[in-house]
Amino acid sequence: MSVSKGEYAAMAKRAAPASPLLRDCLKAFLVGGAVCCLAQGLTETLVALRVGREDAKLLALMALIVLTAILTAAGVFDRLAKHAGAGLAVPITGFANSVVSPALECKSEGYILGTAAQMFSIAGPVLVFGCSAASVYGLIYYLLTRGG
Amino acid sequence: MAKRLGERTLLLETRPRILASAGVAGKREADGPLGQRFDRIFDDTTLGEGSWEKAESKLLLAAAQCALEKAGLQPEAIQAVFAGDLQSQCTASVFGLRGLNIPYCGIFGACSTMAEGLLLAALAMESGGFSAAMAATSSHFCTAERQFRHPLEYGGQRTPTAQWTVTGAGAAILAREADPAAPYIDKVQIGTMVDLGVTDAGNMGAAMAPAAKKTIADFLRDTNTAPQDYDLILTGDLGRIGTDLLRELMQREDGVDLSEKQHDCGLLIFDREAQDVHAGGSGCGCSASVLCCDIIRCLREGSLKNVLFVATGALMSTTTFKQGESIPGIAHAVLLKGGGAE
Repeated sequence: MSVSKGEYAAMAKRAAPASPLLRDCLKAFLVGGAVCCLAQGLTETLVALRVGREDAKLLALMALIVLTAILTAAGVFDRLAKHAGAGLAVPITGFANSVVSPALECKSEGYILGTAAQMFSIAGPVLVFGCSAASVYGLIYYLLTRGG
Repeated sequence: MAKRLGERTLLLETRPRILASAGVAGKREADGPLGQRFDRIFDDTTLGEGSWEKAESKLLLAAAQCALEKAGLQPEAIQAVFAGDLQSQCTASVFGLRGLNIPYCGIFGACSTMAEGLLLAALAMESGGFSAAMAATSSHFCTAERQFRHPLEYGGQRTPTAQWTVTGAGAAILAREADPAAPYIDKVQIGTMVDLGVTDAGNMGAAMAPAAKKTIADFLRDTNTAPQDYDLILTGDLGRIGTDLLRELMQREDGVDLSEKQHDCGLLIFDREAQDVHAGGSGCGCSASVLCCDIIRCLREGSLKNVLFVATGALMSTTTFKQGESIPGIAHAVLLKGGGAE
């Protein structure tokens, strides 16, 4: 074949339709914003019910996780996320879905070799790098503030 | 005895005939343009099984049994089955066919498996040592997603170049003795791998198009024919992007216009826009079910006389993909002719 890899890469790029970036961003912005508003609304409601603010924040996060788990199990979350994209992936909803979906799917291999072993197959790297970054940040913070 | 034409093509002098074939599919496929032409439709994609792997095995078995019924044969009459699928270690083929007591050859050709199976079965027939052989393959959206992409309920987004794995299976039975109306395999070509450096597993059409181009160009050259000499050049499953790239490559390198005669199984099986399948269908079951339920029927009825079937495969694994390897493409060719055609 006389076409080079470079030429073919250019051909393939031309042939591939682009994602509708503006529409995708708008949807992600609106849905992501709505998720944040929901969490904030929950927090404020709890605070109004005399729950401490820190506890209220934690409870709101837990509510989002539980809601995501239910929507994932019901087969609804992926249909929403198909449109919302980063709007549901970036908040804690995305993390919860990435744990619940392999856990559900790998049930066919049993609770130990399937669900438990595969539960963090997607979220695992996020945890590893998240924890690593937190450790590095903590170390720097400690060194900078050691004196006082 | 098979006779070599040119560099890569083989003429089969015994003309192995397709005694019967069957294509089965899931609900989404049945909702597509081919709709009710499938021999059997499964509205429940679990097929009543507890795992997707079992479901696909059952799908493959259903296609094989349906073909056997149509041929009026017991499994014992089949002297070899050439079968494969997308799952590691050909899971669906092994577990689907293990109870049939037919001598088994497992093959892996990714989405080109139907053509690979057909040509191997035809060559086995041509050897003189077999009087009946079967080619079968399957794919299932859910097993493919699990193995190659994400869990089904994971909230990811698909790119516009992504293809939708068909839930379907096809089986064809070749026989030395068959009624004269039965279509036959006239020529075959074992495909050569072509890799032009595509690494995006979400754009398999682009990875496979160069291999399809090579096989079609080699076949036309070896047989001294042009696209106009065929009723249909049926590729599978390049989808929209792969089809465009194949036509562009063919025009650019050989000056051959494929646009009138070439159609793609990945575009025939779904209504792309209405069914939201992005670039079209894919998976072994795509070209297999289209060929076995629709095209072979047309050949038998006489509405098609000669069809160059070129099934394409993206030969990557889940490991090589992670290692950043590019995707080698392959395309095998089988020239099918209607019973009475010369």
